[in-house]
Amino acid sequence: MSDVDRAEICIVAIAEAFRGDGEILISPIGNLPQIGCKLAISTFEPDLLMTDGVAFLQANVTPVGGAAGPEKIVEAYMPYREIFNMLWNGRRHVMMGASQIDKYGNQNIACIGEFAAPKAQLLGMRGAPGNTINHPTSYWVPNHSTKTFVEKVDVCSGLGYDRVRALGKESSRFHCIKRVVSNLGVFDFDTPDNTMRLLSVHPGVTVDDVIENSSFELVIDTDVPESRSPTDEELHLIRDVIDPNGIREKEIRA
Amino acid sequence: MDKRMTAAEVVAELSSGMTLGIGGWGSRRKPMALVREMLRSDLKDLTIVAYGGPEIGLLCRYGKVKKVIYGFVSLDSIPLEPNFRQARQSGSIEAVELDEGMLQWGLYAAALRLPFLPTRAGLGSDVMKYQPHLKTVKSPYEDGEELVAMPALELDAALIHMNRADERGNGQFLGPDFFFDDLFCMAAKRRFMSCEKIIRTEDFAKEGSFHTQRINRTMTDGVIETPNGAHFTECPSDYGRDEAFQSKYAKTAKDPDAWQKFKADYLDVSEDEYQQRIAR
Repeated sequence: MSDVDRAEICIVAIAEAFRGDGEILISPIGNLPQIGCKLAISTFEPDLLMTDGVAFLQANVTPVGGAAGPEKIVEAYMPYREIFNMLWNGRRHVMMGASQIDKYGNQNIACIGEFAAPKAQLLGMRGAPGNTINHPTSYWVPNHSTKTFVEKVDVCSGLGYDRVRALGKESSRFHCIKRVVSNLGVFDFDTPDNTMRLLSVHPGVTVDDVIENSSFELVIDTDVPESRSPTDEELHLIRDVIDPNGIREKEIRA
Repeated sequence: MDKRMTAAEVVAELSSGMTLGIGGWGSRRKPMALVREMLRSDLKDLTIVAYGGPEIGLLCRYGKVKKVIYGFVSLDSIPLEPNFRQARQSGSIEAVELDEGMLQWGLYAAALRLPFLPTRAGLGSDVMKYQPHLKTVKSPYEDGEELVAMPALELDAALIHMNRADERGNGQFLGPDFFFDDLFCMAAKRRFMSCEKIIRTEDFAKEGSFHTQRINRTMTDGVIETPNGAHFTECPSDYGRDEAFQSKYAKTAKDPDAWQKFKADYLDVSEDEYQQRIAR
């Protein structure tokens, strides 16, 4: 299918990050993660739980970006206090953004520069420290570059593997970074020392493109496959059901 | 007992240097009428504890803040609070930036009169590096796990905003999320609740299910009727966020002239005048 675009490839890669998760709460932050998670629920992971972004768990998949669709069915009440409980309980997988991410998966969404008077104050710590030490985490980085894939994060909000390892076995037992999906490729940490590995490159991207746009050395196997393309059914779901208004095209730079 | 009072009377009970907790979340159900009254006062050197929204940006812009204790400061539809950002980037405020769950735990510890509550959240992150006052504690049981001992966040006063209240100090929220407003009240020495409307106690049941009657009168010292008092933040089911006004506010951060005009038009005036001007 030659007319599949980069955003659609990313959406499928995001959905794949949740494969096998079963009956847990997923919290996708950002437009493409929202679409990817709705795609996973609509296809291979129907038991996942997702909020409506307000205070309710929604039993059915409705379109993103204010597009017309079926009425939302609420299956349970989930205000912030309950989310915090779920989070510490561990039955959750979050996909956050990362203004910076390093080779061990340390993430920064707090600020750029010195903490006392930062060059740029960003979102703040938000839930990143608690998320990453309590349950699985993935990241979506729509702007892969040497400024986002960095040797060392300015501030650590979400924990990477080197930091949890230093905390010891007890504290690290719930930590897991499943996937990093960027606009260039897909990454995991399934390596001997848990440093980031290139799992696949998106169609139209070369391994060299990924290397040039990363400030640290990635683990790269001899044959890096291409990220998989959506099936006809997935493409139909993305284009006609989940994101008929095409908000996916606004989030990424190919 | 009749706990009704005015916003001016609330602010008269506050003093410079106090630690104040502000309820709500981001740009949602914030006690903005009380905050506007604070802006018109000579209060300064405040420590603000909040799931932060525009109240933090405004108080910072007015130079009233010494320290902010927060997990985030956001306008929701505008992810970064621009006046707060300016204050952070100029280094003019002390930032105690915590994980959102740690903030809840600090308030809960204070509410329960405990010195701290243990949590895994924060361990290993730079929260611990930039907040060296935070200590860890070892589980006294066989597991021996090391945990953050999140210290109680004791408040001199708490300000919250409810949809409905009675004059005795019971409160009711009618939106989807109560947030952590009970914890702010229970963590504070003095507790002030503004509301959209003061009603008779027997009328709460007509407004919403009993699940919405979450503030009981042991949690409050003062009740202030401030119709549209959460504006421009949202206060469902009474009203949504005034996005156009919020956007106008956000544009003041980098534009001193726009700020002066915004301040003169909306903040250097009484609450009544404010409400009239935004209604135009």
